[in-house]
Amino acid sequence: MLASATSLRAWSCILGVAALAIAGECLIAAAMRSLGDLDIIRAESGLPGAIRAVLSSPLFLIGALCMALNFFALLFTLSIVDLSLAAPATASLTYIGNAVAAKLFLHENVDRRRWLAVIFVCVGVVLLAK
Amino acid sequence: MKHTLTPQRYLILLCVMLTASVGDTLLSRGMAQVGPVDIHHLGLLWHALFNPFVASGIVLLIGFFASYMTALSWADLTFVMPATAFGYVVVALLSRFWLHEHLSLYRWAGILLIVCAVGFVAGGPSLTEHPDQHHDLDIMDSGAGR
Repeated sequence: MLASATSLRAWSCILGVAALAIAGECLIAAAMRSLGDLDIIRAESGLPGAIRAVLSSPLFLIGALCMALNFFALLFTLSIVDLSLAAPATASLTYIGNAVAAKLFLHENVDRRRWLAVIFVCVGVVLLAK
Repeated sequence: MKHTLTPQRYLILLCVMLTASVGDTLLSRGMAQVGPVDIHHLGLLWHALFNPFVASGIVLLIGFFASYMTALSWADLTFVMPATAFGYVVVALLSRFWLHEHLSLYRWAGILLIVCAVGFVAGGPSLTEHPDQHHDLDIMDSGAGR
């Protein structure tokens, strides 16, 4: 009973970390997509201009907030779940979630080779943690 | 189908691979020193920021964030993702050839899978071109209809 309560807590932490990561990465990717090529912005208005452009994007700010929460959630999770479970579990869930979210929300062309890559990365990450 | 990555852009992707994995490793090392944090002692997280491993991990992760965002400004999220995964391979290979740790067969298999994943994605276009893509789909649809 105690063990299942602990693992429930561990898995809800892991799910929370993955969900925050997916939200953060998709929001940031959407922000960068709407800003356009940073190399061009930097060539036109220098590094300060590029930083200003990024920081003034609301999508980026919400995404960065999610990533910051993700960071602290991960620190918290690492203190109650072993790294050997937390790292591959959050990484795999984040990869799958990102691919689905990129397709649904960012309308990226997730073709067969990219799905295959997602599956390979997930299995690979789990194997690496063995 | 556009796949034009300059050497400078490959360098950015290399930064994405290296900083994330090394930064995470430093963080986990630092948090192991800080000890367990529970919901009643969240102040310990603030204390953790001053651990040298955690602090240098954070510096590297800021570098990761900057290069990651640069990459996302000219490539798809699903294109950049395998690059971040390749970081795990870098850590595993570093531990094998630098720290002379033993890598099990499972880990070699994991390395092989992630390398394949990077290969799949790198072989395709780096950015979804939305208007063109619809055009391509229309052509394909008309082909299928015939």
